[in-house]
Amino acid sequence: MGAKRPARREFLKSGAALAGGLTLGAAAPAIGQTHHSPPMIKEDKDQIAYGDRSPHVTSVRIAHGGRPSPDNWGLTFHVAAPLQDSVGVITPSSLHYMGTTRGSFLPDIDPQEHRLMIHGLVDRPLTLTMADLKRLPSVTRLHYIECAGNRSSRRSKTVQETHGMTSCAEWTGVLLSTLLKECGVKGGASWFVAEGAEEVKGASSMPIAKAMDDCILAYGMNGEAVRPQQGFPVRLMVPGFEGIFHTKWLRRIKVVDRYYMNYNDYGHLDRDPKVAALDYQIGPKSVITFPSGGQQLPGRGFYEISGLAWSGGGAIKKVEVSTDGGKRWNNAEIKGTAQRMAHARFGYMWNWDGQEIEFQSRCTDELGQVQPSRAQIAKYWNKPFDATFSVPGLDNSIQPWRIASDGSVTNGFA
Amino acid sequence: MALLKVLAFALPALLFGASVLAQSQTYGVGRTPTAEEIRAWDISIGPTGEELPQGRGTVREGAQLYRTKGCAGCHGASAIDGKGPILKSKAAPNVDVWARGRILPLRAPFATTVWDYINRAMPLNREGTLTADEVYSLTAYLLFINDVIREDEVLDAKSLPQVKMPIASDYASLPEWKPRMPRLKGYPH
Repeated sequence: MGAKRPARREFLKSGAALAGGLTLGAAAPAIGQTHHSPPMIKEDKDQIAYGDRSPHVTSVRIAHGGRPSPDNWGLTFHVAAPLQDSVGVITPSSLHYMGTTRGSFLPDIDPQEHRLMIHGLVDRPLTLTMADLKRLPSVTRLHYIECAGNRSSRRSKTVQETHGMTSCAEWTGVLLSTLLKECGVKGGASWFVAEGAEEVKGASSMPIAKAMDDCILAYGMNGEAVRPQQGFPVRLMVPGFEGIFHTKWLRRIKVVDRYYMNYNDYGHLDRDPKVAALDYQIGPKSVITFPSGGQQLPGRGFYEISGLAWSGGGAIKKVEVSTDGGKRWNNAEIKGTAQRMAHARFGYMWNWDGQEIEFQSRCTDELGQVQPSRAQIAKYWNKPFDATFSVPGLDNSIQPWRIASDGSVTNGFA
Repeated sequence: MALLKVLAFALPALLFGASVLAQSQTYGVGRTPTAEEIRAWDISIGPTGEELPQGRGTVREGAQLYRTKGCAGCHGASAIDGKGPILKSKAAPNVDVWARGRILPLRAPFATTVWDYINRAMPLNREGTLTADEVYSLTAYLLFINDVIREDEVLDAKSLPQVKMPIASDYASLPEWKPRMPRLKGYPH
């Protein structure tokens, strides 16, 4: 990732020059701008029909957790988003992280043929086409998704490796509660099972209270149809819950009276009720994406430290940044209005004096939950905080980054 | 004035619309599936086994199917030596079940989950091609090689949900989830 920094600076420089040129108009080129036209991107029909990003922008996803995607069988498993290059809160659909329940082939679903069935403990079972679904009242909301396996380790070098298994998009669809009201939920219903149409038909049990609160059957993502990698033609959004619950290629919802112990549910079991509770709704979590592991600061001076914060408990209320290893905390600016169960972008202006430092971020959500450090978590479990300590349940601990005096950034856990 | 006129018409209409919705809830979108359609689609087998189909299977037949249906190709002839997930614990039977690996026919609290998963997701690329008898037999075989059932046990819709899995009830239930609930009280700040 270090190699990308100069490229980004070049891009910023040329962007500024371009902006200047536009303001002044063609007759009066900006001072310092050399008087020649840039080379051209050859536009073909495909480019006009569906545009590409600049060839100078090379940010890509990478396979996560040491298992290749696609693997020997052509299955996709886990793929991480390049958070180090992210700006704002929307992850472009092409860069949105991917996870599958077991490793999965990407189903090619004809939306005309796709059917969604809702049945079980309901008065009126229902089969819907996609056209039917789109007739119902819709919502559009920003939501992040995060994989349970999104945890930093000493071996991780970049923020893509430590935190890339989360992304945030604008989702459009119908509230599950709308459909369940349409079907009439019977007394005694306490859980529901959501099932995908992919070859393994991944299914999970979720509380009916969550269904009635804020789950969305999403057919839209970032202004267009949900991508196949994200569950085309419709996926379930379960805001704030682990990624695996956000059932892709949704084909069936069954309302039931107990935890149904699907394969995904079984894979999810814990022995300790406290760990089980921590393996469900994601806690408040933040990470600094610039400067982050593998990046390089060119020298002392001002930088906007930038990062992302999110929580399964609701909207982010506060983000703090420490530039002295967690001794003092300074309020960061949250950009725009933080949405519930969505990434919030934060920034903190900082003047680097060229000294070696450790910096980190922590956030607080609307429930008052505060992102803990690993040392605090170890203390809670009465375990020594050393290299062997692994955070039980979903890991929302604070990520430290270290800047050496030469400006190189490395993982503070390493 | 024009606006007021519109409001005078629109307001009662809106209120009327809302009250109709509150009562009858339905937009009338979609159609009611037949009982047969639901049966065909519903591949969820819950812990009670109420959705299990007719049929039966034995360990002996399962052992044969394990080879002929290609299971051994991915999971290995002895269920621990393939490229796919292992299906038999390498640890001794007296080791705590939580320490014997996340192996479906051993760790699952209900044998119905084993049946459900083989039926919905196996064999890779040929999902849904096994008959109910074959799924019962493969389930029996996998439970047998993990010392969960005896070699002579027969599995069917009645006996499968009765199988005593080694984990019994030694696992945590999820907390009752409510909106705007912290994930775990007392977790460090």
